[in-house]
Amino acid sequence: MHTLEPILAEHPFLKGLRPAQLQVLVGCASNVRLDAGQYVFREGEEANRFYILRAGRVALEVFVPGRGPVVIETVGEGDVLGWSWLFPPYQWHFDARALDLTRAIALDGDCLRRKCEEDHDLGYELLKRFAQVIMHRLQATRLQLLDVYGHAPAR
Amino acid sequence: MVPRPWRVLGRRQETRDTFTLELEPVGGGDMRFGPGQFNMLYVFGVGEVPISISGDPARPACLVHTVRAVGSVTAAVCRLRRGDVLGVRGPFGHGWPVAEAAGEDVVIVAGGIGLAPLRPALYHLLAAREKYGRVVLLYGARTPQDLLYAREIERWRGRFDLDVQVTVDAATGGWRGNVGVVTTLIPGARFDPPHAVALICGPEVMMRFTIRELQARGVGPARMFISMERNMQCALGFCGHCQFGPAFVCRDGPVFRFDRIQGMFGVREI
Ligand SMILES: Cc1cc2nc3c(=O)[nH]c(=O)nc-3n(C[C@H](O)[C@H](O)[C@H](O)COP(=O)(O)OP(=O)(O)OC[C@H]3O[C@@H](n4cnc5c(N)ncnc54)[C@H](O)[C@@H]3O)c2cc1C
Repeated sequence: MHTLEPILAEHPFLKGLRPAQLQVLVGCASNVRLDAGQYVFREGEEANRFYILRAGRVALEVFVPGRGPVVIETVGEGDVLGWSWLFPPYQWHFDARALDLTRAIALDGDCLRRKCEEDHDLGYELLKRFAQVIMHRLQATRLQLLDVYGHAPAR
Repeated sequence: MVPRPWRVLGRRQETRDTFTLELEPVGGGDMRFGPGQFNMLYVFGVGEVPISISGDPARPACLVHTVRAVGSVTAAVCRLRRGDVLGVRGPFGHGWPVAEAAGEDVVIVAGGIGLAPLRPALYHLLAAREKYGRVVLLYGARTPQDLLYAREIERWRGRFDLDVQVTVDAATGGWRGNVGVVTTLIPGARFDPPHAVALICGPEVMMRFTIRELQARGVGPARMFISMERNMQCALGFCGHCQFGPAFVCRDGPVFRFDRIQGMFGVREI
């Protein structure tokens, strides 16, 4: 039988997890394929998964009345998508739409939260990794807010 | 050094406030230059500004400049039409180390109009493609409408020997490319850090964060080159207008090896 373990083990987000920890994740994992244009999730829906992206790209969007969907950020191969499953009220804050044919591993949030409660080592390891992702995105967002290309001559 | 007259042969609008001018020398001749060098452009009766050369070093009879209108002189340059004449002094300064980078991977990171001085470097690399390892262009702009040389980028993206990644800070509607700051392209870019040379140009904040991200990938400070913008007047190292610590941007730059100026660059963590 095929297992998702080698795929998970190779993904940058999970690199270095112990085999036993990966086994636990495999128990909550499933393969997903998204066609270009397909929504991965929508704002306000229940957030009960996160995604390990293997190929393709996904845009995070907010719908702004009068302007239509505004893309906030794109993520792709090697990235993770979604952390709202970690925190109540477990709801997505953005729309996520596949830009290309996208392959990912989905990890079930309910399943994972339960396992993390049972195994705090695993929980801590995952939280550290998510914290790093969140920190990077926050830094990038701050830089985006600076609008560095906006004023004065760029060079 | 007296300005030489050059005539506007063509003018193309790149973005809302940025134009590319093609110039030919009045009375013939040419101007040999290295990628990253700049000229002083003189609009008669208005003033003179330093502007990088953005054309192909292999075509010295056609001088190309991409100018963003930000003040009186640059706006006057952008208003010039086909047939108008302006004065040109140059070329000045030390440019990109394209010869020294032979045998290495080359990572070009450009922000906004910073792509203009890097384009001659890219032309050079592509003309001698077999001499280099991987060549990667990472380009960030504010919105899809702010991208310079859009058609040419499209062509570059089609090449098998060049990895082009473009990102914008914000997009609506039809944009299918990346959204996020240019530094977010660095972790996934394909190059070998200990054997890579990085050429960086853009707003100073963007260059600062780019340097950090490249360092996190393992690119050493002696392998990173940045082009410094500083207001200048004489372009000959006399007036001190563009002094940057012990260096003059006009004479010693505009391209500097990062380890040589990092103390002055305000990157506190390094
Ligand atoms: C080596 C070098 C290469 C350059 N290459 C290009 C190029 O390829 N294309 C291009 O569009 N511009 C380039 N610039 C910037 C360009 O020289 C300035 O935009 C120009 O001098 C502004 O003159 P102005 O009279 O139009 O505006 P001003 O009225 O003098 O200034 C308008 C505003 O821009 C600010 N400003 C002026 N010069 C600079 C500067 N160098 N850096 C930051 N802020 C400045 C002023 O403080 C003011 O707020 C380059 C500068 C240097 C030093």
